[in-house]
Amino acid sequence: MTARRPASTAAALVILAVMLFPLYWMINASLLPSTELIGDSPTWLPLHGTLDGYRQALSTQGAHLVTSLVVSLGTVALTLLISVPAAYGLAQLRAPGGRALQFALLVAQMIPGIVMANALYVAAGDLGLINSPFALILADSTLCVPFAILVLHAFMRSIPGELREAAAIDGASRLRTLVAVFLPISRNAVIAASLFSFLFAWADFLFAVTLTTRDDSAPVTVGIYRFIGAHMTDWNSVMATGVIASVPAAVLLVIAQRYVAAGIADSAVKE
Amino acid sequence: MPALVSARRTTPGAHAAGVRGRTLGARWAAFAFIAPTCLYVLVFYVYPLAGNLRMGFQDYTVKSFYTGVAPFVGWDNYRAVWQDPAFGGTVLNTVLFTAGSLAVQFAAGLALAMFFHRRFALNGVLRSLLLVPWLLPLVVSGTAWRWILETDSGVLNQTLGHPVPWLASTDLALLSVTLVNIWVGIPFNMVILYGGLQGIPAQLYEAAGLDGANAWQRFTRITLPLLRPVTVVVLTLGLIYTLKVFDVIMVLTQGGPADSSQTLTTFSYDLSFQQLAFGRGAAVGNILIVVAVVFAFVYLRATRDAEGRR
Repeated sequence: MTARRPASTAAALVILAVMLFPLYWMINASLLPSTELIGDSPTWLPLHGTLDGYRQALSTQGAHLVTSLVVSLGTVALTLLISVPAAYGLAQLRAPGGRALQFALLVAQMIPGIVMANALYVAAGDLGLINSPFALILADSTLCVPFAILVLHAFMRSIPGELREAAAIDGASRLRTLVAVFLPISRNAVIAASLFSFLFAWADFLFAVTLTTRDDSAPVTVGIYRFIGAHMTDWNSVMATGVIASVPAAVLLVIAQRYVAAGIADSAVKE
Repeated sequence: MPALVSARRTTPGAHAAGVRGRTLGARWAAFAFIAPTCLYVLVFYVYPLAGNLRMGFQDYTVKSFYTGVAPFVGWDNYRAVWQDPAFGGTVLNTVLFTAGSLAVQFAAGLALAMFFHRRFALNGVLRSLLLVPWLLPLVVSGTAWRWILETDSGVLNQTLGHPVPWLASTDLALLSVTLVNIWVGIPFNMVILYGGLQGIPAQLYEAAGLDGANAWQRFTRITLPLLRPVTVVVLTLGLIYTLKVFDVIMVLTQGGPADSSQTLTTFSYDLSFQQLAFGRGAAVGNILIVVAVVFAFVYLRATRDAEGRR
């Protein structure tokens, strides 16, 4: 079983090349000048590359990127604020009603997004929150809370209860035990939950397109969507925007790979 | 919603388990930790769900936002949706899109999982790189595909040598969005099925090999039967997620041309947010809920069975 099997590695590289081709093609187009994008034959390598697309993307989509960043960070904060105590209560304190809550969270993930968008739009309209980043943070958190609780709960359940009892004997309150003892131990799970929440909020399109009607309050997913609508032929800057919008995912993959792997392994409940 | 009714019914049992050997004060203190989430579930899941069910029976339009008046109209919205000329085609599209996506995603995911289940150099790195498409925002990958499938200067047609209207033809649009959705779903299927394959003891294959079973027999007699619980989970979750698909279709075709790639999800969006007939949009959303609930129960049953077997 220690064989290197170069043929298998070669086959895997071919599979990977096919699966990742759309991403390569996006990066390629983001660097090509418009003259090389339109024509009868493809330009496979950006040998006469230009950064015009990126300049254009930053000037037209910069504000959308900032909105996305604000909304995503806000979603992470709100998600943790709700999920950490809940996971602790479920995993360590065996809170009454816990099983019912877990079941409700499982079912909640199966509600079709368009149904949530429909109802949240009406609610946001009543509260005057259309176009408010706060409404987007609240809406996006519905994508994150069930998953964050799942990841945190799975981790906190594995921490021995003696730790909690020892803290109680030392006179720590339950809240203090959570903040001073359990939170530092659960650091990896908290990071995994935060990374995924950030990514879910960053990638959200449905809530973004329904809860924002003004262009200046839209996050980058809607920015790209409206950009293709308006500048169909300007593929160079559309693709540059796409590359910039992919940066968080790339960072996540490179820096935080072990957390990602842990998150995926913990749960089959994420699309 | 039946799921929530039964959720409440389980409360007394869970309650009793928590009570044992603890004071009333400790129980309340423990409940305080999950109370914000309970409130959250009520406000952000139960309330929208109930709101949508109610809206399905109301004449809810733009005017309702200003006047606050939305008269109840019984089943009128459902009747209007049923009689909508686009409805029949949309249901058929949804079935074809979902069934096509699931079948091919699963087959490709299983093939890749089995391929990566063997040892070879760089296996781990290449396998995790395969997940990249799954981590990107769907709007971004959808946009990349739109550029690839572009009729005049897209790379696919440039390679084929003639301009096929992948997204602009009523005959091809549904096929194109299904293919892109398959590409999106393969990594998820591969990851879960790979996990399932790792759970099958290697000795079974060794014993079968000694008994003279060939590769096909090992696949049909060992792999497929032992993978069954994971298969059910992957397919039901895949189904629930495929019904929800919105971003990919919106970016590629917006459900067009002429509703040829419209599914129930994009149809509901179109009714609510383009035609501003929120009552009818909610009615279509409620049809989706019914389908999702049915399969949610299949999923819950399947995971319970799988846990019981472990």
